Amino acid sequence: MQAFTTMKGLVAPLDRANVDTDAIIPKQFLKSIKRTGYGPFLFDEWRYEDVGQPEMDCTNRPLRSEFLLNQPRYQGATVLLARENFGCGSSREHAPWALLDYGFRCIIAPSFADIFYNNCFKNVILPIVLDGRIMDALFAECTATEGYSLGIDLQAQRVVTPSREGFSFDVDAFRKQCLLNGLDDIDLTLQESAVIQSYETRRKSEAPWLF
Amino acid sequence: MAKTLFDKVWDQHVVKANDDGSVLLYIDRHLVHEVTSPQAFEGLRLAGRKPWRVSAAVATPDHNVPTIDRARGIEDPISRIQVEALAANCKEFGITEFGMDDIRQGVVHVVGPEQGLTLPGMTVVCGDSHTATHGAFGAIAMGIGTSEVEHVLATQCLIQKKPKVMRISVEGELPAGITGKDIVLYIIGKIGTAGGTGYAIEFAGSAIRALSMEGRMSVCNMAIEAGARCGMIAVDDVTLDYVKGRPFAPTGEQCGVAEAVWRELHSDSDAKFDHEIVLDAADIAPQVSWGTSPEMVLPVSASIPDTADARDATQKQGWSRALEYMGLEAGTAIEAIRVDKVFIGSCTNGRIEDFREAAKVATGYRMAASVKLTMVVPGSGLVKKQAEEEGLDRVFIAAGFEWREPGCSMCLAMNADRLESGERCASTSNRNFEGRQGAGGRTHLVSPAMAAAAAIKGHFVDVRNWKFR
Ligand code: SF4
Repeated sequence: MQAFTTMKGLVAPLDRANVDTDAIIPKQFLKSIKRTGYGPFLFDEWRYEDVGQPEMDCTNRPLRSEFLLNQPRYQGATVLLARENFGCGSSREHAPWALLDYGFRCIIAPSFADIFYNNCFKNVILPIVLDGRIMDALFAECTATEGYSLGIDLQAQRVVTPSREGFSFDVDAFRKQCLLNGLDDIDLTLQESAVIQSYETRRKSEAPWLF
Repeated sequence: MAKTLFDKVWDQHVVKANDDGSVLLYIDRHLVHEVTSPQAFEGLRLAGRKPWRVSAAVATPDHNVPTIDRARGIEDPISRIQVEALAANCKEFGITEFGMDDIRQGVVHVVGPEQGLTLPGMTVVCGDSHTATHGAFGAIAMGIGTSEVEHVLATQCLIQKKPKVMRISVEGELPAGITGKDIVLYIIGKIGTAGGTGYAIEFAGSAIRALSMEGRMSVCNMAIEAGARCGMIAVDDVTLDYVKGRPFAPTGEQCGVAEAVWRELHSDSDAKFDHEIVLDAADIAPQVSWGTSPEMVLPVSASIPDTADARDATQKQGWSRALEYMGLEAGTAIEAIRVDKVFIGSCTNGRIEDFREAAKVATGYRMAASVKLTMVVPGSGLVKKQAEEEGLDRVFIAAGFEWREPGCSMCLAMNADRLESGERCASTSNRNFEGRQGAGGRTHLVSPAMAAAAAIKGHFVDVRNWKFR
């Protein structure tokens, strides 16, 4: 796995609560058996006038010019500001795959849906939870300032604004280590093979119907 | 120390506790479908890994399968490749699969319990958020992403932090005409779609205990719509009766031992919860969702809300977007909303009891001329067979409904079954998100009886006043 340490990037503010995974990547794109190639279809229904189909060429599709990611000032954004309960709905990992493929590496919101939050870490996207009032301020500053960017330092657990104001955030120690060092958690778990086997041996005698 | 149901099952599955508070949690049952597994199998192949315990995993295709003309196969080549990939992966790795021609095929969350693959006290995972369904058996059942599907295949474990536990008790006698679906929609309306975030929810109380397993599964199914990691219900006679004799359930001597163990699967009377909510069953009316989030739900007797009544700016914005998308105006009575299509099925309401309820309403009636299509889609091949043995299919067909082959169908419209833009649907599924049932489609979530009644009248009606024929 790739590592995530620090980054600085252009910010796009998505000012909607309860953005669900169907909105992030509509179901027709879930038919793919690959992990990549979802970026052009990120937020497909909000982004384009027509209905997208898997594997289609998006270069000439009619854009909804008012949608955030179609505005020239947000081209190249790598940090997404979002509202409450971002990523709710289905467990599809296609949602973080699409965000990553588009270029987002960090999402900041007051709250995330559980499975989505977890899926982000598995794909080296850092989801950061900040207090609602801080979020309001970031949304306001970002909207008011063209080229607004944020610095993220995972080791120090800090988000830094252009005016050098900093906000600290919480992150689970294990997930932080995995991101910082690019660790593969399957490898880590397999180091515990003997423990898993002895657990299984015990459970086979306690509850043989489970095996 | 007194334990909650969740604690009991969790503690039995901790393989190793890590210093940071996370644990390595053992997974007993892994259900697999075609949409979220191909990249996981590919990951195994690329890393040269083998599944840890193939007997833990069982697969079935459900999202992409056609619900008519099965013999013609899947027309959409991309859908077909995905279903074929599942079959090929299962074959390569030695995993049991109920393929498209197998009568046991169906929506994975209907198939699991039906086969006895889901048993009390298990940890159950699937690359699908509605895995919460299986919690109705006193199991910890969680939806996971594809990376975790790969992790479970490779290690039979997940790295997990223990969630907090909330108990939602629904007390009292459930009024006539009210189902598990109405209960769970009512709960989500009360606590919101993020109300359960960070929690495992135990549904309890006399109204929950009075539900059949089908009703309990409908309730747990939508725990995810309340944001919870999982939903669960204590084991009792109803659970044990359901499980007994299922193909993958324990037999002979083991059966008795298992039963004794399963009878312990309830929260101790003095167990402490991180949060408790008590609701009165008598307050629950048939529910109809009006917006684009399951928390936007009201009793059938209500009217569409005014954005001026929203609790804050965020809700106001959400409501006005929802009203616009749904093509609804404040003050319109829910009973005045007309529907174009009706969908009865899904992992929420695709079980035999759901079809019995719908058929009871449809008996002796014809679908309204204004309704273009009513699709009745069984949750599995075996549900279909049983419904046909009971003559339910004939009731539906006589009413002008279409009786289809099992699958997810118009719950998420990945196959050919979908709404056209602007079409309005009464649906027994679980999500009313924008575009969920087809781009531009408008979904109203209801119980099977309410859906059947809407199909017959052409608009929502209160099923409590239904004249059964
Ligand atoms: S029926 Fe709907 S919610 Fe259930 S598994 Fe299928 S698509 Fe998902």
